[in-house]
Amino acid sequence: MSNTELEPLKDPGLPAHAHRKADHDEAAAKRAERQVAILFLLSALGTVLFIYSYIWIAEDIYVFIPIVGTTNAHQLFLGLGLASSLFFIGAGAVHWAKTLMPDEEVTAQRHEMRSSDEDRANLIASVKENAGAAGLGRRSLIKRTLGLSLGLVGLSPLLLLRDLGPLPGDSLTKTTWAEGVHLVTDPGNRRLRPEDLEVGAVAHVLPEIEHPEHRSLNDIAKDALLLIRIRPEEFRLDAERLSWTYEGIIAFSKICSHMGCAVALYEQQTKHLLCPCHQSTFDVPTGAKVIFGPAARPLPQLAIKVDEQGYLVAAAPFNEAVGPSFWERSK
Amino acid sequence: MKPARERVAGSVANFVDERVGAARYLKKSLNKVFPDHWSFMLGEIALYSFIILLLSGTFLTFWFVPSQEELIYNGSYVPLKGIKMSAAYASTLDISFDVRGGMLMRQVHHWAALLFLAAMVAHMMRVFFTGAFRKPRELNWVLGVALITLGIVEGFLGYSLPDDLLSGTGIRIAEAILQAIPVVGTYAAFFAFGGAFPGLVFIPRIYTVHVLLIPGIILALITVHLMLVWYQKHTQYPGPGRTEKNVVGYPLMPVYMAKAGGFFFIVFGVTAFLGAVASINPIWVFGPYTPTQISAGSQPDWYMGWLDGLVRMSPPLETYFFNRTISWNILIPGLIVPGIMFTGLALWPFIEAWATGDKREHHLLDRPRNAPTRTAVGVMALTFTIVALINGGNDIIATHFSLTINQIMWATRISIFVLPPLAYVITKRICLALQRADRDLVLHGRETGRLVMLPHGEFVEIHEELSPQEAFTRTSHEQLAPIPVAAIDANGVRPKGVLKDRIRARISKGILQEQIAKPTAKEKLELGDGHH
Amino acid sequence: MTVKKLSRLRRRKITAPVLLLLALIVVGNAYAFIGATVTTSGATASNARSTMVDEGREIFLRGCSSCHGLNAEGGGIAPSLIGVGAASVDFQVATGRMPMADMSVQAMRKTPVYNAEETAALAAYVATLAPGPAIPGAAQLTYERDGNTAEGGELFRTNCAMCHNAAGQGGALTQGKHAPSLMGVEPRHIYEAMITGPQSMPVFGDKAITPEEKLSIIKWIKAVENEKSLGGASLGKVGPVTEGLMGWVGGIGLLIGIAVWLTTKSR
Repeated sequence: MSNTELEPLKDPGLPAHAHRKADHDEAAAKRAERQVAILFLLSALGTVLFIYSYIWIAEDIYVFIPIVGTTNAHQLFLGLGLASSLFFIGAGAVHWAKTLMPDEEVTAQRHEMRSSDEDRANLIASVKENAGAAGLGRRSLIKRTLGLSLGLVGLSPLLLLRDLGPLPGDSLTKTTWAEGVHLVTDPGNRRLRPEDLEVGAVAHVLPEIEHPEHRSLNDIAKDALLLIRIRPEEFRLDAERLSWTYEGIIAFSKICSHMGCAVALYEQQTKHLLCPCHQSTFDVPTGAKVIFGPAARPLPQLAIKVDEQGYLVAAAPFNEAVGPSFWERSK
Repeated sequence: MKPARERVAGSVANFVDERVGAARYLKKSLNKVFPDHWSFMLGEIALYSFIILLLSGTFLTFWFVPSQEELIYNGSYVPLKGIKMSAAYASTLDISFDVRGGMLMRQVHHWAALLFLAAMVAHMMRVFFTGAFRKPRELNWVLGVALITLGIVEGFLGYSLPDDLLSGTGIRIAEAILQAIPVVGTYAAFFAFGGAFPGLVFIPRIYTVHVLLIPGIILALITVHLMLVWYQKHTQYPGPGRTEKNVVGYPLMPVYMAKAGGFFFIVFGVTAFLGAVASINPIWVFGPYTPTQISAGSQPDWYMGWLDGLVRMSPPLETYFFNRTISWNILIPGLIVPGIMFTGLALWPFIEAWATGDKREHHLLDRPRNAPTRTAVGVMALTFTIVALINGGNDIIATHFSLTINQIMWATRISIFVLPPLAYVITKRICLALQRADRDLVLHGRETGRLVMLPHGEFVEIHEELSPQEAFTRTSHEQLAPIPVAAIDANGVRPKGVLKDRIRARISKGILQEQIAKPTAKEKLELGDGHH
Repeated sequence: MTVKKLSRLRRRKITAPVLLLLALIVVGNAYAFIGATVTTSGATASNARSTMVDEGREIFLRGCSSCHGLNAEGGGIAPSLIGVGAASVDFQVATGRMPMADMSVQAMRKTPVYNAEETAALAAYVATLAPGPAIPGAAQLTYERDGNTAEGGELFRTNCAMCHNAAGQGGALTQGKHAPSLMGVEPRHIYEAMITGPQSMPVFGDKAITPEEKLSIIKWIKAVENEKSLGGASLGKVGPVTEGLMGWVGGIGLLIGIAVWLTTKSR
């Protein structure tokens, strides 16, 4: 609809070119040239600083720079040299473009993206003719078997991926813990007695193995255990879970039931365990029940007892899989 | 006789031209016009950061050992001497302390990565809010979404390579997300890690992905992305002399070359400066990764922080049936919500085109105020992401601002539902108010604050008319009408497909109905000159 | 000062603020002076008493019993001090945590109220209530000689970093509590905290972490504290949060500023 009612304001065209000082004033142009030159020279100096720092500044000297603090001189000047050598090339080029290069705006025409109807018709005709020559349309046997072979060839590489890893099997449900396995400190690998822990104490433990220096991270990722001692009367557990504790000492898997971080932040006064990754909070007296945060399950509890020599041992393996949930996990 | 310089250049050019014959193409290209606006340089920051990543990353690969085999550290960093660690971690320590320039390159590489992603986000926001993704640039937008997704993955894999306590924890969490996928989760996790977590093959595998696969794909996508920009020509802001059929700016040679080329050196210089003065990812402080350790205040890098925030605020939902477990508390924040967000992002140009019924080419950008619904949706999405990001750092915020993590968690749990719609409404109102302000400005001119007393005693304020250029810039935009609903015809028959069309018409009415009408030439004429 | 001059001075604009400032300085200093006098006079008075334990008891009754009970038996708002040992008292009082400034969830480290002599007296008194951990002497704190920095780091990361952060910068606990920063803490106090488990911190007995291991932990903490920044400004040593902030503000912000400069027309 074009009547003056709705007609927008007219396009006044490109604004008039505003001249820069350097366009008409020779002195200003010379000044701009000198400024650009100084910037390029600063870059050269930066490279010199870089080379000097690399070769002659010792790596154990520290300097104090305001805001940055005390920092390693070698690394600092190497970096400042590199930064200047690069930055001032850019600054010089930009200043040159801004002050001395032509700054008249130019206009170019756009062409419509769409091909012309003639071009389109030509293309279609050409494709039809050449594809027709291939005979794909007529020769359906070729078409079908081509489809079959192309479809099948993609399967082979997929099969190559099979040995990326073993099948999970039951490895997610098994740990090193079994009846009689001693609890040892992490690190240190020393056995523990109940009297080594006073009320309010924690200990980070792992199962005792024959060659602790060769303990694998894979095993640690499932075996890590936290021992906490509270007053026995403070427990709020059913009879079975209570029997898994020993004189106020309770053992939980240290691997968070949410996403597997190490849960070891024990607040002695509130008796809460906090996982620092996503702030799931577990209440120790009620069996590490989740009281805040995204974890959905309590931490698995390990049954512990004491052997004839008085050392703490596991009374049984875990009764559930430790760590994060997975599809095949049964409650 | 021509000067020596010209002769040499001439023979080189001759050599190349006799084999390539590109003279005409070069002439056309060297005169190609590029519009000049600072907001068009955000994509350049991303591009240059990527180049810096390639250069600094190549340096690092000469010393980095992508192996999880354990060794005893014997380098120059005393607090870790004699400690058992992976070769990957040890080699990163060597790069930091025993290779001259190694610390600098490591820091430049990581700062460049942060800038790469931040620039992509800023660039994406600019493209979104100015409507540059509309036809014919929808494909470029989709490529951009792919690039930012790949960038996020690439960054995560990159900072996980040193196998330190902080990034190793991040890998543990990624494995938990993988493992939580129903039916195939455990298989996927065991295949990715070559067995149980942490295994011995994950770092070597992600090394290949980080150093070869993803950079290769990103490079290819960037090339197509830039070729499209080159071929379709860059968009431009509306203004005097600028139409849908032209492009106004500076020629490639010499101005754009100098400015864009110079900007590359500036970006590199700023990144190197950050690498020189600001410590980043000090892995020697965290120690090597072992599943039995964790540091308070563990966060992923910022571009994954929003995912961490979503995971933290999730309610503890798991369902159990027939000996099976589905962890909604991991799947929803870790896979489903991000999946919806990125899919929505990628499909946005098509959604908007469908909703507005606008199928034409657009080369002039929108001022955000003139597309209130789009702007409001964008702000809404940003608000959502920022609330999630804040929750990702809730323990750091708690210790530094004397709040509790419990308070912050609850605040963000509620805010993430309440704030985005609020942001939508407020932004839309602000856009419409700005449109109204524009209209007033065009019709009545700028208030000068000068008062004049008329002979009969009335005081008037003198208004300064806008120049024709300023007035044009504020009124050259289009205002589409909402899509009409297909009417029931005379015989009482409903046209086919009417439900889909009714929804579409309703949405387009919501988007397009509420606009402040542009002032027309006639209205301007009627108002006469500037006194008011 | 003539009356005329005074009245002229009184009328100047600056008079009121200057007088206010003067009044604040005078009152503030007077309070500080009088406050200081009160404590020191108390100390000099009790110096005349007999043993350290008695002195400790005096101080306890004056400054601690209102929360901890007349016999240190504890109450609703403060725990019992029977059996906490001299080490607990030395830790809490010498770091200024006790007496608590307000009844918040956590006792904060601050300038101690009691001087070294008074603290020792308090500790001696509490030690008599029941057996408990003793203050570690200099002979026990030979961490420079007997500690192993690297081993200390391993121990720290397993036992301490989850609360205090891998660099000892402190971390958040639930409900507004926090594990404080370990920078600038005396070795004696670190040792005492480990053996007494103050407030939320659990107890780390000598069998769980041996005395040598405790010395290694202290040596490592001191090494981290004295370590100069190796890569530049440490941005608070909190990791990706501040790094991301710096990247956006110092990186993108700076580059956008440069881009604006780049595209503006030159004069």
